[in-house]
This record gives sequence, C-alpha cells and structure tokens, in this order.
Amino acid sequence: MSDTLLQIKELKVKYGGIEAVRGIDLDVHAGEIVTLIGANGAGKSSTLRTISGLVKPAEGNIIFDGEDITGKDPTQIVSKGLMMVPEGRRIFPNLTVIENLKIGAYLRKDDLEKDIEMVYGYFPRLKERSWQEGGTLSGGEQQMLAVGRALMGRPKLLMMDEPSLGLAPIVVQEIFKIIRRINEAGTTVLLIEQNANMALHVADRAYVLENGKIRMEGTGKELLEDEKVRAAYLGSTSGSN
Amino acid sequence: MKQSRKSFPVFIGIAILLLLVILLENLSAFIPNLPQVFQPTSPLFTVLKKAAVYSLVAVSMNLLNGFTGLFSLGQAGFMLLGAYTYAILMVPAVQKEQVYYLFGGCAFDFSLLDMFEGIFGSGGAGGAIAMILACLIALILAGCVAGFFSYLIGIPVLRLKSDYLAIATLGFAEILRAIFQWQKLGKVTNGANMIKGFPTFSNFNITNGSGETVLRLSTFVPFLISALCILVIVLLINSSYGRAFKSIRDDEIAAEAMGVSLFKHKMMSFVISSFFAGVGGALFAMYVANAQAKAFTSVMTYEILLIVVIGGIGSVSGSVIATFLYVACSEWWLRFLDSEQYLGSFQVPLLRNGFRMVVFSIVIMVIVLFFSQGIMGNREINIGGLLKKISKRSERRS
Repeated sequence: MSDTLLQIKELKVKYGGIEAVRGIDLDVHAGEIVTLIGANGAGKSSTLRTISGLVKPAEGNIIFDGEDITGKDPTQIVSKGLMMVPEGRRIFPNLTVIENLKIGAYLRKDDLEKDIEMVYGYFPRLKERSWQEGGTLSGGEQQMLAVGRALMGRPKLLMMDEPSLGLAPIVVQEIFKIIRRINEAGTTVLLIEQNANMALHVADRAYVLENGKIRMEGTGKELLEDEKVRAAYLGSTSGSN
Repeated sequence: MKQSRKSFPVFIGIAILLLLVILLENLSAFIPNLPQVFQPTSPLFTVLKKAAVYSLVAVSMNLLNGFTGLFSLGQAGFMLLGAYTYAILMVPAVQKEQVYYLFGGCAFDFSLLDMFEGIFGSGGAGGAIAMILACLIALILAGCVAGFFSYLIGIPVLRLKSDYLAIATLGFAEILRAIFQWQKLGKVTNGANMIKGFPTFSNFNITNGSGETVLRLSTFVPFLISALCILVIVLLINSSYGRAFKSIRDDEIAAEAMGVSLFKHKMMSFVISSFFAGVGGALFAMYVANAQAKAFTSVMTYEILLIVVIGGIGSVSGSVIATFLYVACSEWWLRFLDSEQYLGSFQVPLLRNGFRMVVFSIVIMVIVLFFSQGIMGNREINIGGLLKKISKRSERRS
C-alpha cells in the first residue's frame, strides 16, 4: 500500500484568466481506490483532464509510476498505463461495441481477444450487444462500455469521471460493484464523483475538493462520519446535490 | 484469417465486374448490328470512364469527410496537382515544343514516356510495356505530389475544425488554380493553356499492324486503376487505422483520451485522401485528354461532395453507386432537357439549354431534404451476405 503510483504536487490549472484548480496535492497508492468529491465547479474534472493530458497545467507536477508526465501528450500518458473513463461516457456512437473496445486498446496490438473476454466477464451484457452500435445502447450499458473500453488499455491506474452521472440508482450500484471488482483484480482506481455517499463507501481514501483546493482528506469511513462533509455533501441519503 | 475470408467475395466481385467491362466494351466487335448504345462512340462509355474516375475521387473524399470527420473542400486542388504532374511527366519531348509554343518550349525536356521507350523501344510490345510502366509511375508520382502538398498545407490547416477547415482547404485549392494559370510559370504549367499530347485511355486500346483496333481497353483501364485504389482505401478503413479515423469522427476528445493521436491520424487520413485525389486528377486528365487548371474549380469539388452526400457519408459502396448515377444523369440521361423536344407537334415548354441544371438542382434538393442519409447511409453492400441470400433463396426454390 505504500507504493505511490500517482503523485500530484501543487497543481494549478487555468482557463484563460480563471483559475479552476488552485494548487492541490494528491497521492494515489498502488492498489487503492481513491475518490475526489466536490460540488459542481470545484475543479474535479479539470484535475482529471489535466492528469490525462487533455489540458495542460499552469503550474505543478504530476508524477506517475516514478516518471514526470506533466504536460505530456495524452498518447504518451495512455501508453504509460493511465486510462480515463471520460465524463458523460463519450463512447463512439457509430462504432460497434467490439470496435469501441478495440479503440481502448489502440496503443497495443497483442492479445485483444483475451482482453475482450475479460471485459465481457465484467459486463456480460456487452457480450450480447457486441455487434450493436454504441449509440443504440442504454445509458447504463454505455457507461459499462466506457469502463470496458478503458480496461482494454490494461491500465495501471483507471480514472473515472462521474460514472454515476445520469444513471438510475440500481445501475449506479451495479457499476460501483464492478469498480470494486476491478480494483480487487489489481487495478488502482481514481474516482471522481458528485455522488459522495456511493463514492465514500467504495473508496479507501478520499479528498474533498472545494473551489479548486483540497479542503479535507482521510479514509472513506472518516469522511462519511465527518460532520462538515455530512452537512455539505451527504445532506440527503441519495447524496447527490 | 477471418479478414481474408470476409474480403474474398469482394475480390471475386471486383474481378467479375472488370471482366464484364471488357466484354461490354468489345461487344460491338463480336456481334454486328448492335444498338447504338453499345457502339464504342456511345455516351455509355463516356459515362463509364468518367464515373470510374470520379468514384475514386468521391471515395477519397469520403475517407476524409465521412470516415475521419474532417470537412475538407480541397479535392479539386489536389486533383489539379495530380493532373499537371501526370501531364508534365508524360508529354513526349518531341511534342513539348508544340504544346508550349507560347512560351518557347518547356523548362525541362524530361519525359517518363521517352525514358521507358528508350529502354523498351517505342514500337510493338516494347512500346506497350514502356507506356504501361510510364503511366503507372506517373500516376503514383501524381499521387505523391498531391500527398506532399497536402502534408505541407495540413500542418497549419488540420488544427482547424469543421467549417474553418473547409474554408481553408477551399481557399488552398483556389490559390493553386490561380498559381497554375500564372503566365510567369508558363514554361512549366503552360500558363492558362492546356497541356496535351500525353497518353490517354484510348492509347490502351490494342491495335494491329494496320491500325485497326483489336481489343478495346479504354474503359477497362480507368476501372482497373480505380478499383485497385478503392480497394486499398477499403482495406485501410477496415484496419485499426480506419477504426482510429472513425473514433476521431465520432468523438475527438474520447479518441484522444484513448491514446489516439489526433494530429497524426488526421494528417494520415488527409495525405492518403489527397494522394488518391491526385491519382484521380491524373486519371481525369487522361479522360479529357488534356490538363488545364480552369477545369479544376470549386464547382468540381462541390460535385464530388454532392456525390458523397447522395451516396451516404461514411459508405464506400454508396459513393461508388452515387457516382455512376450522378455522372449518368448529368452526362447522358438528363441531356434531353437541354434541347428543344417535341411530343408530336407540341413543343414541350421550358426545355432549352441549361434547363438540365434546374431539374438537377431540384432533384438534389429533394434528396438532401428527404433522404439526408443518402442511398446507403453509413452501411456497405455486403457481397458475401448477398451471395448467401441468393443461394438460400435458390435452395428454397429447388
């Protein structure tokens, strides 16, 4: 557990003149599920997009697996084993389920069949739909496809941006169960969520992000019991705001 | 293994098609008193030749617009580059003086045709080999020149999105056309005048000693070249690169997040598309038997864009089918609208020169409004599946 897989130091992200992330420090150890919770506009997605290279940081360092990946291209970052499940799923609507999965493994060509079987193991429903176009899937299935697609890259660290967004509670529970299974199979997970209740239950450790800064950190359990967190993020049992 | 089994019926289909073209072309030699349509002078063969050329350009445009999602309108410009490359390389040195007479001869006397005729001899079988080899190399070089320029222009332009990319590529094509008509470059491009005297499709007809045509191949040749090029494009689309192109079309951000390098793949698609547009341009020069910059206007690009839209954006077979329909309509079936017609003694109103374009425009509007998916949408004709269906049906019958 002491092995640091991802380390973020003093990260700042700016869009034009607006500072979305104002200097955060964050660690993810190998084998953990770490979650980053916060309200809309707290800077969660910006942090994640910066880690995956889609946005260049203004300041700070990102170290992944002992290597500085600050400001590198997404292609290089993905090839190091850092895959993202983007917000709002963003599957490829005109490609079949299988083609979607194959794109996830674009940077390596070996053993695709085995990995596709692995993904189907997690999501048997995708197997039934393997020749269907991505756009014809239901929301939950699309989210499964997005997760499966990222798994095809055999990530060391899987980053998920709001996997519960716009899904029915039952489907959300199913997805979170699978996130835990993926983690148990050896993949480290960095999870970004507004659904704080679900996220804190599944996470080993958690960070609370507010206005671009980390306000609190601790184990999932600690934060679940914290008065301030309860008041701000867990006001209702459903947890979403 | 799976791939080869899947593409096998396609190869057979193409081979059969090519054989049919040869047969059709030479029908008049075997069977006397055929209807006019099958005579070598019939518009049928003009349409087939032009459509074969255009279908290659349409498919190359579809690779870019339909499969990679890059809305580019530079196709005519790259065709122009291909056409001129082919023409300049293929005009024999003896003819250059005459072609470039306004400018006192060509800047360089090199001709691929001369070079190969020097090796293989200029008459008989040697001459044929020389011409085929020279043509092949000139076609490939035509594509390479177009591809090279598309690479250069792609570096700044491919960072643009949708409409802006279209405007930039359209502008590039127009600038190219202006440059090629520039008098100061007359020694290379022959200014605004046409370059003539290079081998065309009809040079591939086999003649006997007394100059009579024995075997016509002038329609077969453009079919063969187009089919080969389209086959290469189809193989590319079905490869993992093609999958990456399609992922960029569907969602750029997601594709990037999966590690697909946007710039590299956009550039690849752009250069390959332009390469084949260049080959198409060279074929077009062979079809019209001259190369002249004023033929490659933006109207030509729009024509091809229209074909792609009618056929279905993202469908290769749709583009090919639409090309043949479009060319047949514009060159043949709707020609009667352009001249005065009489039903008995009644003169049909409105029919006069240019009316064809009015009808054409209306047809196109109807297609775009009510059949916006085009003929094929983004599906493909599946020859294997078709054969299966046919064999099943015949089984049921027997």
